[in-house]
Amino acid sequence: MRSRLFSRRQSILAIFQTTLAASVGGFWLGSAKAQVDKLTITGLSEARLRTFEEMVRPYVQSQELKKERVTLSLPMLADNGHMVPLSLKIDSPMTEASHITHVYLISQRNPVPLMAKFVMGPWSGRADLSTRVRLSGNQNVIALARLSDGNFIYDLQEVVVTEAACVDNG
Amino acid sequence: MSSARLQIPPRILQGDVFKVRLLVNHPMDSGFLRDIDGVIIQRNVIRHLVCTLNGREVFRVEPTTGVAANPLFEFYLRATESGDMLFRWVDDKAYIGELRHTLVVEAANASKPASN
Repeated sequence: MRSRLFSRRQSILAIFQTTLAASVGGFWLGSAKAQVDKLTITGLSEARLRTFEEMVRPYVQSQELKKERVTLSLPMLADNGHMVPLSLKIDSPMTEASHITHVYLISQRNPVPLMAKFVMGPWSGRADLSTRVRLSGNQNVIALARLSDGNFIYDLQEVVVTEAACVDNG
Repeated sequence: MSSARLQIPPRILQGDVFKVRLLVNHPMDSGFLRDIDGVIIQRNVIRHLVCTLNGREVFRVEPTTGVAANPLFEFYLRATESGDMLFRWVDDKAYIGELRHTLVVEAANASKPASN
């Protein structure tokens, strides 16, 4: 009887020690991982070209999507990816009955695919926009506009970027 | 720290659709670049920028890291009423920037419409 009790105490002690060791080890590993994270930037590793489907899917599920009425203007060759002028013209009457509600600028290669989201309405009068974007390398850019009836229209433009905006960890 | 410049036509008539150019002074640090010592510059971008006219939201943009430093936004508005235009933006450091402008809309029949 006594020996059995002893063995149980020992085993409990052993379990406790193992857990302690594991947790300390886990903590040590965790801190090492945090140090590595400080040195490398996450997100750049997936700097590959996205498919059209991947670019559009977060916004368009089952609605209609047509390539019409949107004119996206980008320079054919952008010397500096840090600042690429982008302008957008959308042919829309912008009335209460038919207008553009949202515009999404989507990049094919940037670490963050959505570059900007604009919200407008019939009070805008005209659905034209322009801004300056960052592009990390040669890619297609999509301007996706949501109509007031829930459907989407888009335009796609290819742009050659000589100097990318994101410098890799290389 | 952060400030902005606004450009709108000098004369706006009732019913006109006029262009608004807003240039915001902001570094828009993407969090993907390093400084000269190799330390990553923390992400600091504008989360959203809202333009209200007399308290009514007329334009909103939610930029991400894909918008260039010192962002420029050009958009259009239809002139319906005079009033206070307020641009307000918030960045990752919770800094709130503001720009106010008093919009004056002239009656359309006051004189000959401007050629532009």
